[in-house]
Amino acid sequence: MTPRYQKILFVVLFAASVAMTAVLVRLRERAHDRLLQTAMSEGTTAPTVAPLEQVTLMVADDETSTLAPETIALPLPDDPQARARAVLNRLLSQYYGAQSQHPLPPVVNPVESVFLMPLRRASEDSGKSTDRIAIVNLSTQFAASHPSGLETETLTVLSISATLHANLPQVMEVRFLVGGEQQATLHGHADLTQTYLTAASAAASGAQP
Amino acid sequence: MPGVRLWQSVWRRVGPVACLAVCAGFWTCPKAAAQPPTALQHTTIVLDAAHGGEDLGAALGSVPGAEAAAPEKVVTLALSQRLRALLTARGFAVVETRQGDVAMDEDARATASNRVRAEACLVLHATNAGSGVHLFVSSLAPMPTQLLMPWKTAQAAQVTNSLKLGNAIHAALSAAGRDGDLALTIPTTLGRTTLPGIDSMSCPAVAVELAPLRDKDGKVTSEVTDADYQTRVLNALAAALLEWRSEAGAA
Ligand SMILES: [Zn+2]
Repeated sequence: MTPRYQKILFVVLFAASVAMTAVLVRLRERAHDRLLQTAMSEGTTAPTVAPLEQVTLMVADDETSTLAPETIALPLPDDPQARARAVLNRLLSQYYGAQSQHPLPPVVNPVESVFLMPLRRASEDSGKSTDRIAIVNLSTQFAASHPSGLETETLTVLSISATLHANLPQVMEVRFLVGGEQQATLHGHADLTQTYLTAASAAASGAQP
Repeated sequence: MPGVRLWQSVWRRVGPVACLAVCAGFWTCPKAAAQPPTALQHTTIVLDAAHGGEDLGAALGSVPGAEAAAPEKVVTLALSQRLRALLTARGFAVVETRQGDVAMDEDARATASNRVRAEACLVLHATNAGSGVHLFVSSLAPMPTQLLMPWKTAQAAQVTNSLKLGNAIHAALSAAGRDGDLALTIPTTLGRTTLPGIDSMSCPAVAVELAPLRDKDGKVTSEVTDADYQTRVLNALAAALLEWRSEAGAA
């Protein structure tokens, strides 16, 4: 027979672990909401006093299934995450309209936020590398309205990855979220569960360096 | 403690079986899973009609979203069935991953493909975006065949062959309009990307996405549902697979 004091101890510890799980889940949700709220409140457009900067967009072409670099001048905020978001929203606005070589329906702020995080590889000493992974949080409206197809979705994903690398060379890998959550595909085809390597994105789509 | 003793006894009986089941889920043995071919067996082609069941795929036709628009799952199944008839008439053995409107996940498609020793696997998609035919091969880096290939990257052993197959299909589609009429040319692109279903396949595999034909202003001249257009593409695919079979036989 199990002694009575052990039964009581088990019940108390079990109740404590359930309570701690509930608290941790709630804290995680609050931290997640707070992070998204902060990122979404960052301006996508720079103050008008910001000087114009040269930006390279890796523009997709459905006809040839390639990316081509296009240089434009854009006023950008100082914060790297806000800069990345502004560049990507400018890139995607390039695709609005039937005359585009990679037509997408217009969406306000298709990129809700971009998080840049240190990239640690097992072979490297921690803290020494400046390489970054970018987490691109797309809006649910953008994903839902994106044309469905293997080529069109793939080109959007590669275009975003290659544009990030062209303007922030330290971004070596890109992952995607939709509305703050992981989603299997962009709109039924392009795999969003994978990490995209930015150098491979440019090469896979035949982009010139 | 009776509770601990109970767990130990359960673990002793179930543990080894559970471990084996978990290992089997992560690893695939392409050679062991495939049926050995006999002298009478034809060259086997796997046709995988993408989407199905609740997964409608893209809404195809002039007005996507309208009631008249055809779901991609219906078009891919029709393409698979028509291509099966063309290939069977040319002496191929054809295995379709789905023959009706059923939902299948990527693992089930790869399992169905890996069960047979196929010389080629074609995953069929259709879209309203872009023009012509889009071919995709897995972006996995090539690696030599091993006795046990990790399930998620089994295609790595076949990537080089998949690229050859992709090039053969590209050549056949590009040649489809050369009989004096340039208007019949089917524009074709060949790219590489992450393809979860194909990445687990142990056969040379290419995703074939049919898109509308467009004029130089981008206006659609043939929808993906156009039977004549489909026939031209399917004939070119059959010709490419005949070429592929003869090259494999010569090698
Ligand atoms: Zn599809």
